[in-house]
Amino acid sequence: MTRYLDIYRTQLKTNIMLQLQYRAAMAIWLIDTVLQPLIYLVVWTTVARASGGQLVGFSGGDFASYYIILMVVNHLTFTWIMFVFEYNVRYGQFSFALLRALHPIHTDIAENLGYKVLSLAVILPAVVIMAVAFDAKWQPQLWAVLAFLPALALAFLTRFLLEWTLAQAAFWTTRVDAVNQVFFVAQLFFSGFIAPLALLPAPLRLVANALPLRWQLAFPVDLALGRLSWQQTLQGYAMQGLWLLATFALMRLVWRQGVRRYSAVGQ
Amino acid sequence: MSHLRLAWIYFRISILNEVAYRANFVVQLFQSLLSLGMAIGGLAIVFSHTETLGGWHPDELLALLGVYFLVGGAIGFVIQPSMQRLMEDVRQGTLDFVLMKPAGAQLLVSVRQVQVWKLVDALLGLGVLAVALSRLGGRVGVDQALAFALALAAGVAIVYSFWLALATVTFWFVRVDNILVVFQSMYEAGRWPITIYPSWLRYALTFLVPVAFATTIPAEALSGRLTPGALLGAVSLALVMLAASRWFWRRGISHYSGASA
Repeated sequence: MTRYLDIYRTQLKTNIMLQLQYRAAMAIWLIDTVLQPLIYLVVWTTVARASGGQLVGFSGGDFASYYIILMVVNHLTFTWIMFVFEYNVRYGQFSFALLRALHPIHTDIAENLGYKVLSLAVILPAVVIMAVAFDAKWQPQLWAVLAFLPALALAFLTRFLLEWTLAQAAFWTTRVDAVNQVFFVAQLFFSGFIAPLALLPAPLRLVANALPLRWQLAFPVDLALGRLSWQQTLQGYAMQGLWLLATFALMRLVWRQGVRRYSAVGQ
Repeated sequence: MSHLRLAWIYFRISILNEVAYRANFVVQLFQSLLSLGMAIGGLAIVFSHTETLGGWHPDELLALLGVYFLVGGAIGFVIQPSMQRLMEDVRQGTLDFVLMKPAGAQLLVSVRQVQVWKLVDALLGLGVLAVALSRLGGRVGVDQALAFALALAAGVAIVYSFWLALATVTFWFVRVDNILVVFQSMYEAGRWPITIYPSWLRYALTFLVPVAFATTIPAEALSGRLTPGALLGAVSLALVMLAASRWFWRRGISHYSGASA
């Protein structure tokens, strides 16, 4: 365990140093992070205003706090591994990762965390500005905020494992763009991004329950907002735990099959 | 006329190069249909809760979506790839080969690179637009159709000038490709009428990154809610930006020293 802690500490430090070089680029990438939730926030507050200020239990201020917290959770849990993985496999760069006496996922997690630490410097001001501009309503309950933190950690882990597994599609096909896009569309609809899940038509809600996506985004968001009861919170944890086991097993399985197919092209 | 012929020859060569990779067409068709389905699904969810969005009816938003895909397809087909190639050439000094050719360099760099499969987006956009038009029916007269064509042409001209100006910045600052990411992100916002956004974002989407002119304004023209004054404004802005970006491009090219070729 201390071995891993050491590895992570070192990786984190080097990654932060590395990424500090690209401060301007980082600010530009963050436009997307902020703009996407902002667009849906505007759409739904417009709809709420048109229907007399209230929509399925959401007022304009509720939508604001929902999408602001969603922006933060989405930012903290998102990965860019699919884009990097395909490149590394296609150009043989992946060989370097394989030479290390460490599963490559650890380096990727550390890199991800390093970026998140740095980029919070941009995300937090965006949160404040949006909260003021859209008159966000949020009365945090202490227990809900405390319960939110483990939910966030579980969301990060399951999402990372899932997307890391998906990225390995690059071992089999060079058409990962299409694979990724299918995933992104599913994520948009079933994670609570396009609309809070309560606003989706019933069949879509059923699909959302069966997929891991909502437990990676909508669940921690609803928890932080204090919209969940004790029972719902425990149920959410249980689902997150199940998906953690499932994605972990899937990652190991796909990795074992996939890495055999890797032939270090381009080296 | 010779300009058109020249552009056509470049298009044809690029297209001939691309059609060798026919599987790309299937993948692109799949991806375009997926993103169209996503957009229509989003509209369906929104309109399951409301009759109008900021005064726009479902069919009008469908028309907006058509314009969004049509213009997005045009950008992805020729504007973006050509401008990316221009920036790459400036960085590597290979722009020399363009400048040596006995034809207008601005025309050459604007049509040199084509991603032919992005036309799928444009065609889908036209299809969506046709469906929206048939549903809007009698409300679209000759006036609206003319205003739409004019607004669309102005929008494309504005977007083209904007990209040309951005790409021209490469002559001074070699790495600006990240600025193009800004355009991609902001263009996403054009899927919805910009009238629903708060004023600061509306200004940003109109004057900072001219997304409004490419999507909302042509769609407004179609539904007859664009005032003649606004149309005139868009057309004048297009002319001004075409002239300004041309001037800027010439300044840039006189600054070019052929880095490493």
